[in-house]
Amino acid sequence: MCTTCGCGLTPPRPPSPGVERGETEPPIVPIGLHEKILAGNDRAARHNREHFLASGILSLNLMGSPGSGKTAVLEATARGARAKGWRLGAVSADLATDNDARRLEKAGIPSKAITTGQACHLDADLVHRSLHDVPWQDLDVFFIENVGNLVCPAIYDLGQAANVVVLSVTEGEDKPLKYPVMFKAADLVLLTKCDLVPHLDVDLAKVHDAIARVMPRPRVIEVSARSGSGIDAWIGWLDELRASVARPGAPRPHDHEHGSAHASGSHSHGHGGSGHEH
Amino acid sequence: MHEYSLVEALVTRVEEEARKRGALAVHRLSVRVGELSGVDPELFRTAYETFREGTICARAPLALASVPATWSCPACKRPIARGAILRCPACDAPARLDDGGDALTLDGIELEVP
Repeated sequence: MCTTCGCGLTPPRPPSPGVERGETEPPIVPIGLHEKILAGNDRAARHNREHFLASGILSLNLMGSPGSGKTAVLEATARGARAKGWRLGAVSADLATDNDARRLEKAGIPSKAITTGQACHLDADLVHRSLHDVPWQDLDVFFIENVGNLVCPAIYDLGQAANVVVLSVTEGEDKPLKYPVMFKAADLVLLTKCDLVPHLDVDLAKVHDAIARVMPRPRVIEVSARSGSGIDAWIGWLDELRASVARPGAPRPHDHEHGSAHASGSHSHGHGGSGHEH
Repeated sequence: MHEYSLVEALVTRVEEEARKRGALAVHRLSVRVGELSGVDPELFRTAYETFREGTICARAPLALASVPATWSCPACKRPIARGAILRCPACDAPARLDDGGDALTLDGIELEVP
C-alpha cells in the first residue's frame, strides 16, 4: 500500500543486486532470515520453562473465553485436590481488576493478579515478571489463568508444561471450529458447566465432533465446577502430568527446540498438533 | 488484536539486523503467515502500515505470503480432507499439520548497505 495516500499502488521496487545502476547507488542486499516473529517470546518462554522444570513445578496455561469458567474450575480444583496435599498457586490475568485473583485466594490458592491494561493476551515476559511476586518455587502446581480470549493467547508460549482450554457447554457446539488455532494448541479441553446440559439444547456429541476436527489428539474432560462432577478426572490428568515433571531425575519433557508456539507437557500426552513426533 | 505487538517484534528485529550490518535503509520485508498462525494477514498488514512510520522500515513494502493449512497422515502421507476429523481414515494415526500451516516467520529482508 502507498503510505502517502493509502492507495493500492506498490512503490517501485528498488533495483536488485546485479542489476545495472548508477555507481553512486549503494547495493541492495537480500538477507535470508527464516526466523519466527515470536522468537523473542519463545526465548523468554524457554527461560520460564527451565525455571519450572528445575523446581519440579507443573505449570499450566489456562485459556478460554471470558466467562467460560476458568476461575470456577480452579476453585473446584482447590477443593478437589485437598487430599493430594498439593501446594497450588496462580497468576490470573485480566484487562482490569484483581477479582479473579481474590476469588482464588479465598479458595486457598495463593494468587497474584496480572492486569494487562489493553493487552489481549499474556506473553512470556509478563509471566516472568509476575513470578517475582509469587512464591512459585514452593509450589507443586502453578496455574497461569490467561486473559479471557479465544484468539490471541493461543500463539504465545509462556513456558507452560501444557495448554488447557476451558470451553463451557453454553458457548455453542461449533465453537472449536470457529477458533481452530486455540484448539490446535490445546493439550486438554475442559468442557465446563456440564451440570447445565439438561437445561440446554446442546448436543455434547457435536461438541466432541467439532473438537476432533481441529485437534489431532483430542482429549476432553467433562466437568462441573458447581457439582464437582469430572473434577476427579481432571485432577487425575494433572497427577499424571505432574509425575512427568515432578520426579527428580525424570526425563525433562522438552529438552529440544519446539516447532510451534506452544509446548506441551510430556511424552505420554498429546502434542496439540505441533506437528512432530517424539 | 495482537497484530500490533507482533509487528513491533518484527520491526525491532529488522532494526537490529540493519544496525548489525550498518544498513542505510530497508527496502523490503518478506513474511510468511500460515492459515493457522493465529494472525490475520490483512490486520497484520494494517498494523505494519501504521507501525512502520518513523522506523527504519518506513519505506519498506511488506511482502506477505499466505500459506493454507493442510493436514496429512504422518504414517501413510495421505492428505486429510479439509474440515474432516484429524485422524487418518486408513491408519487411524492422528493427523499432522503440513509445514508452513502455522508459520509466522520473517523469511528475509532487503537491505541497502554502503
